[in-house]
Amino acid sequence: MAKLKTSLIIATAALAIAACSKKRPEVLPPAPVQNTGDTGPTGPVTPTDGAITPGSDADFKRSVTSNTVLFGLDQYDIDPAARTILDNQAQWLARYPNVRITIEGHCDERGTREYNLALGDRRANAAKNYLAARGVSATRMTTISYGSERPVATGSDDEAYAQNRRAVTIVLG
Amino acid sequence: MFRSPFALALLLGTAAAAQQPAPAPQSPPAAAGQQPAGQGDGGLIVDVEGGISAPTPIAIPVMPAAAVVNTPAGSTDALGRQLSDIIANDLRNSGLFTPLSPGQLKSVSFPEVTQPAYDHWRGTQAQALVQGYIRANGDGTLTVGCYLYDVSAQRELARQGFVVPPADWRRAAHKCADTVYSRLTGEGPYFDSRVVYVAETGPKDKRIKRLAIMDQDGANHRFLTNGQSIVLTPRFAPNQQSIVYMSYVGRIPSIYVYDIGSGRQRLVVQNVATTFAPRFSPDGRNILFSMATGGNTDLYRVSSQGGTPTRLTTSPGIDTGGSYSPDGSRIVFESDRSGGQQIYVMNADGSNQQRISFGGGRYATPVWSPRGDLIAFTKLAGNFRIGTMSPSGGGEKLLTNDWSDEGPSWSPNGRAITFYRSGRGSSGKATLWMVDLTGVNERRIPTPLDGSDPAWGPLRP
Repeated sequence: MAKLKTSLIIATAALAIAACSKKRPEVLPPAPVQNTGDTGPTGPVTPTDGAITPGSDADFKRSVTSNTVLFGLDQYDIDPAARTILDNQAQWLARYPNVRITIEGHCDERGTREYNLALGDRRANAAKNYLAARGVSATRMTTISYGSERPVATGSDDEAYAQNRRAVTIVLG
Repeated sequence: MFRSPFALALLLGTAAAAQQPAPAPQSPPAAAGQQPAGQGDGGLIVDVEGGISAPTPIAIPVMPAAAVVNTPAGSTDALGRQLSDIIANDLRNSGLFTPLSPGQLKSVSFPEVTQPAYDHWRGTQAQALVQGYIRANGDGTLTVGCYLYDVSAQRELARQGFVVPPADWRRAAHKCADTVYSRLTGEGPYFDSRVVYVAETGPKDKRIKRLAIMDQDGANHRFLTNGQSIVLTPRFAPNQQSIVYMSYVGRIPSIYVYDIGSGRQRLVVQNVATTFAPRFSPDGRNILFSMATGGNTDLYRVSSQGGTPTRLTTSPGIDTGGSYSPDGSRIVFESDRSGGQQIYVMNADGSNQQRISFGGGRYATPVWSPRGDLIAFTKLAGNFRIGTMSPSGGGEKLLTNDWSDEGPSWSPNGRAITFYRSGRGSSGKATLWMVDLTGVNERRIPTPLDGSDPAWGPLRP
């Protein structure tokens, strides 16, 4: 945790979010009244003036082939298509060695809830391990599983399921 | 120790005669009120297996008030009507009883509560009769008297009295329904219990999920969290004072304990790894959970107060969904170590792991019955279905058949199971249901919003 705090120097909104995530209060503060965000995966704040900061998530998404790799039914292996995408991500990450990322693991809805949380963790770690093998330092990477809680495709068909079985790389800052 | 707001009014031949309607009833044979079903001289018995196909007609007339008094819960005469409605609803929902419609019921005077008009009731279809009364006491409490009669034998089968604060008036009705159900079926009570679940709103890709708690019949609904973070899989502590669940607050998905009294939440395991699938041990001292580290998920146990977890499984597969046997000596869980999800049992210390599910398809979310005799599970084979099997794996029985039924949780008496059902497509609406062990009596539990992950709590003290 100390390492995290010292390695993050640039003060941005995204940084504030990342730092907060490491604080685990024993007693949570009273709940706010409004439902404001924090209900799912989020990337860092994108500049509103349209400018894209080099090394930001917006820059990452613009620069790489894809920020998402897909998995087969009940699978978590990195297939050739995923390798190509992650190789490309690793190249971008090599250009910005101070940038930290989180990898989200997701599942389709045709699995039970708790198993999907574990399977999403497997997928996120499969992507993380591949990136690590491609030279991205493990200390720059965290993972989070959303199970089947945050689909990108909301249908109940094979095409939607295929899109939802995914690992998404998000640049934190 | 939790102090029950309930006091039992002893109506049966004691000094508590003041609680009884006037004139004081004749004392029934002392054994009558205590006698379990299926024993003794063969009175009215409701069979929980066969009774589903031929529910027993039962009359539950409006409960008269000793005097019409305004209370914080409403006037006593209005409460008398509602009490009989709640009792009728509970018994109907068990699938074992058909309450007579209001039009078939006569009004019952206060003295008549203990002197049933058997001649009248024998002219109806009713085989059993539930009468009662409500009285507002000088100290602000309410007394609800509850009497069960065998119509054809013209005999009292049970009587109970409940003294409740006005806020708990519905519980008196549930306790009365439990008295009737238990006396006639020989099964344990379950109506005076609560369900905690996840209330859902919003689009499928940005679902807002909030913890919510309600009575078993959907009444007294209350939200516990505000929906700011995703919350999943709440489960009651055995003492019902807290709930263990998983939350995405802080962005490291982790298990928390929510204290119902204070509304405070505390993190259970200080760790950067994802922790999920929590359940209390039957004595409440430990929490069984899953932790995912580096892509591998295993079962762990930790003190309910926190501390260092003890690892229970070490397979390279996903081990999750752990649930204790009622005596705490064994654990049932799911693992994909054989390739797909299957159900395993082991000793509580992790030793002697053995697979028990061998049917076609995958098996998930095992939960041990509070009676110890069955494991409820979700079977994944095309549809997701709720089923039961014995703890040794035999006697598999599927109770539901819909596209996506998941997440069984047992009623306190082990006779019914609540679960959630998801709809297909972009709405993905989830709803709460219950089904009895025959699979015949399947009913939706009303909730104000969509609902998932129901967990049935123990019988209330």
